[in-house]
This record gives sequence, C-alpha cells and structure tokens, in this order.
Amino acid sequence: MIEARGLTKRFGDKLAVDQLSFTVEPGRITGFLGPNGAGKTTTMRLILGLDRPTRGSVTVHGKEFSRLAYPMHEIGALLDAKAVHGGRSAYNHLLCLAQANGIPRARVGEVLELVGLTEVARKRSKGFSLGMGQRLGIAAALLGDPAILMFDEPVNGLDPEGILWIRNLMKALAAEGRTIFVSSHLMSEMENTADHLLVIGRGRLIADCSVAEFIERNSVQSVRVRTPKPELLADLITAAGGTTVAGAGGVLVAQGLPVDRIGDLAFENAIRLHELAPAQASLEEAFMELTADSVEFQAHMPGQQDAGRTDRMHPTGVA
Amino acid sequence: MTTAQIAPAARSRLLPPETGRAGFADALRSEFTKIRSTRSTYWTLLALIVVCIGIGALSCAGTAANPKGISPAGFDGTQQSLAGLYVGQLVIAALGALTITSEYSTGMIRTSLAVQPRRGVVFAAKGVVFAVVTLVVGLITSFGSFFVGQAILSSGHAHLSATLGQPNVLRAVIGGALFLTACGMLAYGLGAVLRHTAAAISAAIGLLFVLTVLVQFLPHTWQNNVDKWMPALAGSQIWTTKAASGPHMFPPWGGFAVLAGWAVAALIAGLVLFRTRDA
Repeated sequence: MIEARGLTKRFGDKLAVDQLSFTVEPGRITGFLGPNGAGKTTTMRLILGLDRPTRGSVTVHGKEFSRLAYPMHEIGALLDAKAVHGGRSAYNHLLCLAQANGIPRARVGEVLELVGLTEVARKRSKGFSLGMGQRLGIAAALLGDPAILMFDEPVNGLDPEGILWIRNLMKALAAEGRTIFVSSHLMSEMENTADHLLVIGRGRLIADCSVAEFIERNSVQSVRVRTPKPELLADLITAAGGTTVAGAGGVLVAQGLPVDRIGDLAFENAIRLHELAPAQASLEEAFMELTADSVEFQAHMPGQQDAGRTDRMHPTGVA
Repeated sequence: MTTAQIAPAARSRLLPPETGRAGFADALRSEFTKIRSTRSTYWTLLALIVVCIGIGALSCAGTAANPKGISPAGFDGTQQSLAGLYVGQLVIAALGALTITSEYSTGMIRTSLAVQPRRGVVFAAKGVVFAVVTLVVGLITSFGSFFVGQAILSSGHAHLSATLGQPNVLRAVIGGALFLTACGMLAYGLGAVLRHTAAAISAAIGLLFVLTVLVQFLPHTWQNNVDKWMPALAGSQIWTTKAASGPHMFPPWGGFAVLAGWAVAALIAGLVLFRTRDA
C-alpha cells in the first residue's frame, strides 16, 4: 500500500506535484494517468525518496521509504530502464542490487530466466535494445519478490510484442496478489490492464476511481441514429428532454436520452430507422476531455488560430 | 509470456533475510561488485601501476646514467623511485571522481538509491570500497616503483640506492600508497559535490596539480607560508626520507595530515550534499 498525503513538490517556481493525496490499494492494478509533464514521474520519485517533498508525505506500507528494512522486498520499481551503468553486464548489475538487500546470488539467475535474458546475462548492457533494457529493469524490480511493483511508462517505445509481454506480466503479477502501480499517458493502455485509476494533470489529482466509473462520469453517453426523417425525430428527442446534433445523410447524434427511449420514440411515431447505436466514449476520449485543461504544452492545430479550448473537439467526434 | 513463476523458487532461501535490515555490510558487498565489474576500474588501476613504476624507473635511470655531482648524503633514492606518484595522483583522482560521478552520468544512482535509500550507507560503503582497493593497488604501485627504481640506481651506483631497512624508507614507501588513497578520496568527495565527471576530475587536478604549480609563482616569503598547506605538496612529504622540499614544509606525517584534512573536508561536503540533494 502506498499512501500520499498532501504531497507537494516545487522545482523553482514550477509546482510539479500539487497537494496529492491518494492511496494505492493492495492487490490490484492502479493506473496512474496524466499527460506528459503532469507530475507522474516526480510523484514516483517522491515515493522512492529520490526527491524530497516540499510539503506533505508519502509512505510505503506505512513507513517512509528510507525506513523500510529491505526496500526491494517492499517495492520494486522501474522508473527509467536506462538508469544502469552500461559498462556492467546484466548479471553483475542485478548482482550488485541483490547484494545491497541481502538477496542471495541464486535469485539473480531466476529473474534473468524470468525476463528471458539468461543468454545475454554476461553481456554489457550498453549493447541492449530498448526492449532488452526494459526487461533488465523489470528483472531488477522483481529481485526482492516485492509486494508492490511500480512502473513508469513501461511500454513507451516498445514494439507490439514487448507491449504484450509487459501487459501480461503485469496481469500475472497482479494475479499473484501484488500491488501494481503503473503510469502511462496512454489511456488505451490502461483500459485493458488497470482496475483503478488515478488521473493527474498539472500536478493535481483530478480523478481517483475505477475504470468503469471514470468513463461513466467523464463521458457523455450519446446515441447515433440514421433516419429518412431526421428533423422530425430531432424535434421529438428535444421535446423528450434530449439534445441532438445533425450530421450528413440523415444522421443524428443524440444525447441525454438512453438508446431504448430513442428507439421507442421512433416506433411510437412511426419513424423508420436505418441505424440506432449507442456510442460508448472510450477511456481515451474521457481522458482527453478531463485533462484538456491541464495539458502543459497545448498544441494548436494549424489554422485553428487561438480557437483554443472552446473549439476543442467534442468527445463524440461529431463534425 | 514466459510461464516461469515470478516468486522465488524457494521463498525462504531467496528472499531478503527475515530479520534485520539492508545495512552497511550489504552495501559493501554491493559496492565491491560494482567496482570490480566495470572495465574502467581495471584500465585505470593498470595505468596507475604502469605510469608510476615507469616514471620512477625513468627518473632513476636518468640519475644512474649521470650521477656526477650528486651527494649521497643529500640524495633521496626512495623519493626518486616514487617520482611517478606525481602523475599517479592524477590517475587515482580520476578513478576516485568516476567512482561516484559515473553513477550520475549513467543514471545508475537512481537505481542504487531505490534499493538502498539510506544514502549515508551508500556513500560510506562506496568510499570504503574505493579506499581499500586504492590502498591495495597503491601498495603494489609503491613497492613496485621502489624495487624497480632501487634496482636501477644500484646498477653500478650502489651508494645511491636505498633499502627498506634504512631509516624512514619503509614509512615512505607505505606512505606512497597512503598518499594515493588520500588523493583518491579527495576526488571522490569532489565527485559527490559536483556530480559531473569532467567537472570533478578538473577540480581534483586543479587542487592537486595546478595549485601546486601556481604557488611556485608566489614571492618566496609568501610561498613558504602557502605551499606547505597545498594538498599535494603537503601530502607528498610522506614519501620522502629526507626533508628535500625545504625546512619550512611540514614533517612527513604532519604533511600527510594536511592532505587528509583536505580529503576529509571534501568528503564531508560530498556526504552532506549526497544526503540532502534530490538524486
């Protein structure tokens, strides 16, 4: 369990992490989401004591990280796969880490086997590909058989095979009852793996809920209808308390009414429907919606000229 | 996805111990693995031995080839054979700085502190391992330089060569290793302060070498009051058997204490910053 209370970190005049309070509950995968620069890595560094909080505190299993008897047994972290001395072999890298926590040498061979690096164990890690470096970092995190695993953007830059491997590994780790705390700026990644979400933007916590709850809370349910009489149906929907946006070819996108209510309205008024479908907003859309105001470096589309956030694309993507 | 299980095969055997906490002894083992598992360690230490013995041998060969005008009473054959230490101090300073700055340049420091967050333990273990390795290699260097140098001096000029049994000689030869260790530790402390390889090596060379040269340009009356406090000049008194550098210098152990004082100051500054700064 990781508990942050009023965690704040200031770098110069920039508030990287602002009054974060959250609990990473044991035995499930908690996704830590936010746009780039939202403060995810800083939060993880604060958990590991690499950075000192400006205010507030964070504990691992009720203790400050530096007070844990054998830190590697409590929390295994992969923050940056490149944080290794490239001149050292994979085996010696893992050995020096194991020794720091009194972990026997035999465990090094086990984790190398686990991540599939046994054959290159004696090779210097500077020649490793990104995927191999990531595996080495994961091997290091697993050395102490930790109750909590913390991964910062673990799939960044990996090929599809590598992504699948990490995803399955996280699920296997969670299935063993471990706590997984994984950051990402990609919602699609979390949609499949996470049980719970912590969303931050500009250093502030903006959501702490389950994945389903997150989508439900942050996306507008809409229904797509295609009919030869769109004007008539639009009036009926409006009268029933919904709103509509008309598209080309008799398409209507309705909001505020459930899909069966719209079907009933059409049936009761003898309006022929050619299409009737609920449009479920994905986690990605919900995330974009929620963090749109908190993206640190907002890009403007060419020609958009300061339209800014008022002109932001609607989550349901209606033209 | 591999089907291998993630938890250790025999939990009780492969986990960290049930009691106690990750401490200094664990950190020493870890740091020893680190220092012995990079090639730069071996190259640098080999360079140290070769450079020191080589320069000492050349220096002795020069004297042996042209011994005219050298009075055996004033000649310090021990110091002559250890002359390579003037360059060796820079080699070991580079390794001392690298011992800690390489962790920053590679990012390894973040991994190191994520497995042992008690930073004082990491800093002390790293320093002790480096000091012991340097002392051992320093002894090899120093005795090697001495024996090679004396063999050259004694070839035809037995009156110039020294033996370990003569007064102060053993102290001077062991002192050579202590001198190297202190220079290395000074650089290690500077490395922890500066966290950048080039900056730390430059600072160490500046303090040990450039400063030594610069004080030679001071007026004589000032120089006598200043140079005895300079780390390398003061420290090098320990590998002399005769007060060759002048009567105003500190005696051998006093001079070494000055160098050690510089090293301790750098180490304390390094430790304080290492413990308090964000990694």
